[in-house]
Amino acid sequence: MIGLSSLPSGRAAAPAPSRRRRQRRALPGFGLTLGLSATYLGVIVLLPIAALLLHAASLSPAEFWAIVSSRRAVATYRITLSSAFYATLFNAGFGLLLAWVLVRYDFTGRRLLDAMIDLPFALPTAVAGIALTALFARNGIFGQWLEPMGIKIAYAQPGIVIAMAFTSLPFVVRTIQPVLEDLEVEIEEAGHMLGATDGQLFARVIWPVLMPSFLAGASLAFARSLGEFGAVVFIAGNLPMRTEITALLTYIRIDEYDYPAAAALATVILLSAFVMLFAVNALQLWQLRYMRRS
Amino acid sequence: MTIFLSHGQTGGVNREAQRDSRAVRWSVMALSLGFLLLFILLPLIAVFIEALRRGIVPFLEAIAEPDALSAIRLTLLVAAISVPLNIVFGVVASWAIAKFEFRGKAFLITLIDLPFSVSPVISGLVYVLLFGAQGYLGPWLRENDIQIIFALPGIVLATVFVTFPFVARELIPLMQSQGTDEEEAAIMLGANGWQTFWKVTLPNVKWGLLYGVLLCNARAMGEFGAVSVVSGHIRGKTNTIPLHAEILYNEYNFVAAFAVASILALLALVTLVAKSVLEWRFGHELSTGGKH
Repeated sequence: MIGLSSLPSGRAAAPAPSRRRRQRRALPGFGLTLGLSATYLGVIVLLPIAALLLHAASLSPAEFWAIVSSRRAVATYRITLSSAFYATLFNAGFGLLLAWVLVRYDFTGRRLLDAMIDLPFALPTAVAGIALTALFARNGIFGQWLEPMGIKIAYAQPGIVIAMAFTSLPFVVRTIQPVLEDLEVEIEEAGHMLGATDGQLFARVIWPVLMPSFLAGASLAFARSLGEFGAVVFIAGNLPMRTEITALLTYIRIDEYDYPAAAALATVILLSAFVMLFAVNALQLWQLRYMRRS
Repeated sequence: MTIFLSHGQTGGVNREAQRDSRAVRWSVMALSLGFLLLFILLPLIAVFIEALRRGIVPFLEAIAEPDALSAIRLTLLVAAISVPLNIVFGVVASWAIAKFEFRGKAFLITLIDLPFSVSPVISGLVYVLLFGAQGYLGPWLRENDIQIIFALPGIVLATVFVTFPFVARELIPLMQSQGTDEEEAAIMLGANGWQTFWKVTLPNVKWGLLYGVLLCNARAMGEFGAVSVVSGHIRGKTNTIPLHAEILYNEYNFVAAFAVASILALLALVTLVAKSVLEWRFGHELSTGGKH
């Protein structure tokens, strides 16, 4: 359907009859709702982000580069990216397992389990942060067993990974789940009757269908992990060069009223978020096309 | 598509598919159940255990203390302002996006997705850079004696930024899948736009709207990073519940910190239950009209 905005702006230009009909058919309120949404987004999102970019642009390129490529900043990129990577790896495994159990097995309490998957999404990140710290610190339920074995989680990089994994788990499960549900069992059974082993069935029948959504879910989890702040700051220990994530360094610069540095670091985060958003969208489009085809 | 969770699945299992051997079945079940209990449920339980470590009296004292009460009041106030704002925006934006075709729609949707993909610290920082003392509008605001940063308006703005996608993101696919036929029929029968919205569109999307509002509210009350940047952490004045919990935690006052945090954990539980009930009872009205 052709919308109002795609019509020629001059109404006096007598639109073709078919267009006029479509125009009359259109619902009211287009100008009002689009205008309101655009204004709201302009004030809430565009204007503040423009302020951020202007602040960053007020630095000379050399100053900007010095801030974003300082040793401490580069260490935060390395820590953030590698932690998000490990958290995604962790969730790719457990997310696939949970989605499999929820779709393939029928058992009492399945719905309860299903609802629990969203807990990390509903629990405020700061609460998740202090709770995970309480569990993994030296005197915590897990920490008291792990630390004597030489495994330090809280106040070390594994803590960051745990916090990121906790908050991003639902993304993997919820992306894989619908695809698994749509999988046609007949194909599997046919394969089975033709003598395929379980391993062969998974590799040749299930995995090819699952893979696009698996990648999409993993990239969502990765994006979420990159942006995680509340859960991470409590458990990380926040040592510069060792357990400091980029968002925290930005936060510290804000606290020091060093706004140019904060704006420069924020620009880096914002750009990487855009890249992730683009990648995720591309993956999801691919996944949708894949699902339609199958 | 977007960085957003799809609904919990309400469909049945593929019974025919349950032909995995007993051993495989049991080990997979044990592993996933154990994982969920230890990794997802235990942190939630830990909040309540830590909060009640010294008994019920210190727990209640921590919650009834004036600073905690003022944090609770502020959190409720912030949610009471930002959630309705985002409901209006969500409904308005999804009407424009779902019922009409126009150029720049993809851009608009990307903007709506943005808060999901940027770190909350950035969400707070952008307002400091705009409205703060060194921000672009700072001098003008100071002259006119308006305080936004380190005050209620800043906290509301940061919360609105972080939470506005929830309602819109819930309604857009729902309204898109319902198309415009019913609305067009109402208009042809002589209803005006407002009547059409209240009597046709809204009843069709009411459960989806409620679902979005639930998630929006949970996030609004629990937001930490963005609010932390703009709040200034003035005890008893600009601390929300999560910020108050953080301060207590950093003072090693763990019982009080977890007591305050347990309010938010309860909120999360209530949200989860309400969300599940909506999915179980009205799953078909929440889904976007069949699977992709």
